[in-house]
Order: sequence, then C-alpha cells, then structure tokens
Amino acid sequence: MTNMPPPLIAVERATAASRIALAVGIALVLIAASLPFWGESSWMREFVEIACYFIFAMMWNLLAGYGGMVSIGQQAFFGFGGYVMLMLGNFAGLNPFVAVPLGALAAGLIAVPVSFVAFRLSGGYFAIGTWVIAEVFRLSFANVSAVGGGSGTTLTALRGIEKVTRESTTYWMALACVVAAIALVYLFLRSKRGLALLAIRDNEVAAESQGIPVARMKLAVYGVAAFGAGLAGALYFVGNLRISPDAAFSVNWTAFAIFMVVIGGIGRIEGPLVGALIFWALNKFLSDYGTWYLLGLGLLAIVVTLFFKQGLWGYAQQRWGWSLFPTQRKLLRARPE
Amino acid sequence: MLETVIQGVLLGGLYTLFALGQSLMFGVMRLTNTAQGDFIILGAFAVIAGVSVAGDGMVWGVALAVLPAAFAFGYALQRYVLNGTLGKDPLPSLVVTFGLSIVIQNLLLELFSADPRAIETGGLNTQGVALGDAISLGVLPLIVLAVALVATAALQWLFARTALGRSFRAVSDDREIAELMGLDAKKVYAFATAIAFVLIAIAGALQGMRTTVSPSDGPLLLLFAFEAVIIGGMGSFWGTLAGAMILGITQQIGFRLDPGWGIWFGHIVFLIVLVLRPQGLFPKTRG
Amino acid sequence: MSAPLLATQGLKAFYGDAQALFGIDFSLAPGELVAVIGANGAGKSTFLKSLTGLVRAPRDAVRFKGEPVGGLPPGEIVRRGLAMVPEGRRLFPSLSVEENLRMGATANRKGPWNLQRLYALFPILAEKRRQPGTSLSGGQQQMVALGRALMSNPEVLLCDELSLGLAPIVVREIYAAMPAITGEGMTVVIVEQDVTMARQVSQRIYCFQEGRVSLEGKSGDLTREQISQAYFGIEAAHA
Repeated sequence: MTNMPPPLIAVERATAASRIALAVGIALVLIAASLPFWGESSWMREFVEIACYFIFAMMWNLLAGYGGMVSIGQQAFFGFGGYVMLMLGNFAGLNPFVAVPLGALAAGLIAVPVSFVAFRLSGGYFAIGTWVIAEVFRLSFANVSAVGGGSGTTLTALRGIEKVTRESTTYWMALACVVAAIALVYLFLRSKRGLALLAIRDNEVAAESQGIPVARMKLAVYGVAAFGAGLAGALYFVGNLRISPDAAFSVNWTAFAIFMVVIGGIGRIEGPLVGALIFWALNKFLSDYGTWYLLGLGLLAIVVTLFFKQGLWGYAQQRWGWSLFPTQRKLLRARPE
Repeated sequence: MLETVIQGVLLGGLYTLFALGQSLMFGVMRLTNTAQGDFIILGAFAVIAGVSVAGDGMVWGVALAVLPAAFAFGYALQRYVLNGTLGKDPLPSLVVTFGLSIVIQNLLLELFSADPRAIETGGLNTQGVALGDAISLGVLPLIVLAVALVATAALQWLFARTALGRSFRAVSDDREIAELMGLDAKKVYAFATAIAFVLIAIAGALQGMRTTVSPSDGPLLLLFAFEAVIIGGMGSFWGTLAGAMILGITQQIGFRLDPGWGIWFGHIVFLIVLVLRPQGLFPKTRG
Repeated sequence: MSAPLLATQGLKAFYGDAQALFGIDFSLAPGELVAVIGANGAGKSTFLKSLTGLVRAPRDAVRFKGEPVGGLPPGEIVRRGLAMVPEGRRLFPSLSVEENLRMGATANRKGPWNLQRLYALFPILAEKRRQPGTSLSGGQQQMVALGRALMSNPEVLLCDELSLGLAPIVVREIYAAMPAITGEGMTVVIVEQDVTMARQVSQRIYCFQEGRVSLEGKSGDLTREQISQAYFGIEAAHA
C-alpha cells in the first residue's frame, strides 16, 4: 500500500465490453479456422469474397477517415495486386499463395509514384483524380496481350492442386489476411502515429506547426492503404482464378467500400466491420433484384450521409456508447477516496 | 494532321459543355458533383422519353422544354439535398453525389434497359460541310461548338457583369461575410446549380443527338469534364474551354495513332499537366 | 430618457463548448458613439458577432429598436438596420472596389449613403474603383470595408478594430471620416485596441475583460488608471 495519493486523473483505454469482445474474437477466429473440416465449400468461397470486401473497405476507411483523403481510385491498387500475383504465379512460377503478399507489396510500392501525381490535388478533385489514375491502370492492362488484354486471363499456376486443398488454403489465407488487417489498423491507430494522423485530419496546418511531418505521414497512410487494397485484390483473384481488367479495376469496388464504411461509420474501426456484415446480408438476400438492389444501396448511402452523419454504427456509439475497438483514450476523474 | 486537330476542336466543344456545369458548381461552392456525367445521360434520356411521347418531329421542342425542367430540378437538388453536404469535409458531397450516380444509372437501366439509344435528328448527325477538298465538318459538331462558345461567353458575362454573378463570386470568396451583407447563401448556391443543370441538359441533348447513349455512359463523361477543368485551370470558364479543346485534340491524336489508346492518351496528357502545372494552363487564381 | 436603440441583457456566447461571453449588459442610445475596449481575447469581437447574428445568441438577450433579435440570421439583421465592418476588413478578393461597395447595398435600404457620397468621402476609392478589392493598401481596404457597411444605410454601425494592422497616420485618416458618418445621426459602436483613439472619439466606453464588462462610463470621466486596471483585470487598489 503506497503513501501516494491516487491520481486525480487517469487515462483509461479499454472498456470491460471490449475486453470481452477480444476474447470472443479470438474464439471466433479459432472456430472459423476449423471450418474447412466441417463446413461446405460454398461457405468458404463466400467468406473469401466477404474478406476481400472487408479488407478493401477497411483500408479505404483508413485512408479517408484517418488520412483525410477520400479516394475513388483505390481499385487501381486492388487490380494491380491481383495482376502482379497472377503474373508472378503464371510467369515466374511462384506459388500463388506466396505471390499474394508480394502482390500487396507491389501495390504498396507503386503507390509512391502514383502519390506524386495524385497529391497535386485535394478534396473532391483528389477523389476524381484517383479515379482517372485507376482508369489509366485499367486501360493499360487491357492493352497488354500477355495477360489476355481486354478479356483477361486465368490463373494457371494453381492447376495442379486438388480442389479441396486449394479452397481450404485460400480460405485460411483469407482468414489470416482479415486478422492481420484488423490487427494492423488497430495497432497503427492506437500508436503515436495514429494520434498524429488524427491531428492531421483535424487541422493540417496546426499539425505541421506541432512538428508532425504531414507529407510523410500522408504518404505512409496512402502506401498502407494501397498495400491493403492490393492484398484484397490478390486474395480475391486467387479465389476467383480468373482476372480481367474490368473486374479488377472496376469502380464498383470503391462504391461498395463507400457503402460499407458510410453505413458503418467513417473513422471508426468497427464501422467497416458492421458495414461489411450489413452489406453481405443485403447482398445475399437482395442481389437477385439487380438494379433495384443497387438503387436501394445508393439511396441508403445518400440518406445515411444526410441524416446520420456518423454512419449507423457511429450513431449507436454516440447514443449508447458502444465501442468494440477502443482507440480513444478516455479521460476519467478518479473518484476521491 | 490538320483534320485530326479540327476534329479535336469539335470534340472539345462537346467536352466544354460537359465541363462548364462542373466548373460552375465547383467554382461557386467547392462542390464536386461526381454524378455530373450521369446527369448528362439522364438529360439525354429525358429528351428521348419526351420525343417518344411527343413524336419524332418535336425533337428540338422537347430539348428546349427540358431546359426549364432541368433548372428547377437543379435548384431543388441543391436546396434540399446538396446544401446539406457542404462544408470543410469533402466526403458527404462525394458520397451523396456518388450515390446519386448509382441511383441514376440503375433507374435508367430499369426504365430503358441497357440498349444504346439515340435522339433522331432526321439525319443532322450525318450531314457535313465541306472545307476545301479533303475535309468535311459535321454540321452537328459545328452546332455543338457554337453552343459551347455561346455558353462559355454567357457564363463569363453572367459572372462578371450581373448582380447574380457578383453574388456567386462573393459567396464563393467568403460565405460568412456575404451573408453579413444580406445574401442568402443557400439560395445563391441553388441558383448556381440550377444554371449548371441547364448546361447539363444542353450537353445531354447534344450528346444524344451526336451519338448513342446508354445508362452506364455517365462516369466516362465525368472524367472528361473533370480533366477539361483541371487542364484549363480552375476559376475561369474560357480556361475550361481551352482545357476541353486540348483534351479533345489529345484524344483525337491518340485515336489516330491507335484506336485502343485514344482515351488512355487523353488521361496521360491530363496526368502530365497535373504533374508539371497543377494549377492548370490558364488559371485565374483568387486571393 | 428614451429607450435604448440597441441593448443586451445578460448576453452569453459560446464557441462550441468554450464560453466567450459571461453575461454582457450593454445599452446604446441613438446618436451615441460608444467604444468597446479590451485586450485580445476579451470577447469584443464575439460581442459584435452576437449582435449581427454571426454568433448564436438567445432571442431576448439582444434587443434592437425594442425588438428581440438574438439568433436571427445576419441578412435579417442587416435589413433591420444594423451593419458591421468586420475585423480584418474581409473584402471579397474576386470583386473590384466598386463591386465590394455594391455588395453592401444588397439589403436595399433607403438612406443618405450611396456610391457618390462614399467616393466624395474617400476620393482615393473612386480612383481605384475597378481594381480588385484586395489589391489596395491596408488603409484603403479599411475605407472600402467601412464604405461597404455604410452602403446598407444602417441605423447602427458596428466597427470591429478599424485600426488593426494600420499605421497611426492611416488610422487618423480613417477616424477623420467619423464626423461625416455620425453627423447624419448614425449611431456607432467601435471596438478598439487603441485606447487613446477610443477615448478621443467616443462619448462612452465599455471595457471588456475575459468575457465580462469590467468598466463602463463616460469617456471624459474615466481616468487612465481606471481604464488600465479594468483592461488588464488588476484589482483596483482602494485608498
């Protein structure tokens, strides 16, 4: 028992609810990892697809919500990661599963010269500029006959492997990527760099005057987001086995990411998670309605943006104080003895 | 080569009409309308629908009738939807206009199916005017160019010489002080968008006359409009026109070299201009 | 004694969560020139902004010509006859000098002030009327800002830090125009950091200190000592 009086102010990071959630999360991952032994292969394929949506959305969220950069062109890195993975697999003889992180890395690296162009713009025009760049990627790959030009090509490197093995491995790879992506973003945002990022988002000039290297941090976030997008893309096409420029570089990827994040809430970690789940549910039950489904999504995004400025999850956070991934530090006044 | 440049200039006229509305909305209220292209296509389909009701002979009448409807639509859209998205954060306006883009594309798909349609002009789109022996200029593209020039001059005049234009500039400079003077910024913004939508409707009608349109054409038109504005430099309508011309010429040169690379070439030139001269070629920077 | 033209009672104002004004009581009689002085951050500008609707105020806390006007939009307040020359001039860069002046007339109120009278008062502006507003010197810009507010023919003119960033000789030039303005019966409130100038031109002074009125009285009656104590918030030593 010390003689020092208790501090009047304490910094609290994790709520009791989040500690439980962490335990539940670990349990879920373990259960999920066992799925190939008792589940149907269609479930695994669906999971891989959702995982790709989720990772892509989470990275878009990082870029927009924390980096303050709204991009309509992240699909450039998604497709690039996919194509690099395929080229390494088909032409360099690499195991495609090894090529997935390499594809992600390639996407992260190409983000550097791309940023040199994209960062000339800001705000709404930055968004459209990144879309132009994505179109350049698409048109470029569509004109390379070695990868099938406009109609695309198949991932031949996995031909020899048994279907069951391939599907299980893809599934585990997806699971690992999801966990890694969540961990990466979570740890990043809790770190000092994460706080610096928030400072930049809130007021760039003030942050600069505090000594935060704004330009370097923006590039860092852009690179990380590109890496994540490339990871999602490489993973997607390992699962899909077939790639084409229109599928790889479609702006719909960003559109879906926007829906997931806007509905779940921008700038919050749980947002993309909640958004991905809602999106998956909507997709499952309504995508048969084709155009009406998409129309509904569009209207939903508009309504949520206009009336629920923090997204539906953000609304819940404000209203009822829910928080699964605490990145805020709550300032508490300790109760006097 | 001369023919390529001339075709590029004519194409530039069309791109000017795509871009003027965007330039106007961004200039007055820093709003990026990612549904710009889709609204243009919507305008084209509105004329198509009107013509199917009123009859083929009424094409120009329908096109003119769409204009006041576009004005009212733009006014209401800004007043009741887009005004709520304005502010320091670009995300809300981007998401809402992006959502509108999706809604429009799918609505048009439902109503008209994915088949390309055109506005019948009784052969106007194939008529030509001979220029010397070798070159023939399309009548419709010449009309488009003329309309583009008139529209640019009209916008420039509106901004520089009218009270409305003055309030556009004031509200764009300093909304708070403009309101202190007695301006209702919400109404001023709504007028700006209303005018932008008239331009959009004109662009849509002409696009539908000159070529076929289908519901998913929008996004590409947006990119062209955007590139024209950036190449030309922000803050100036004549700059937008110049940017549109350069884009048109660049694309035509690209098409000449290889049909598959035309649009790509235009994108590349845009990116080069962005790297070398990010403020555009003819910017009118404001304090 | 007639009712005050402009009055506040217990006016509180906030910027987000931070409170800037803690209950200001203020009154202004027709034809007066009243000065509001105080250090940076004392709340002077916030006070003027609450009067003109740029900062939210409770409905009854501000009364103009007997009507509660707190919280009304700025356009409405200017239409009723209360105009402000904002701190830092804030001319419209995209507008010429003359266009800036014309903007002031948006409210369309009748009165003695128009372009000709302004050009007579500030001839240099007539010379530069077509130049962009912000290409003028600081003092000339202040004239434009002042003229812009006058163009709305207000009954009460609020001037926020006319002397800000200007050389003393220029400040004197600006204030030399005051008699022409008040001569028509205009009621004026000036916010000033320059205490000497404030004492010279005004009939009454309010001193603000950390969001409260720390001193109020006739300019002639208050001593330098009283003012500097109220300005800096040092407790008055009682003899």
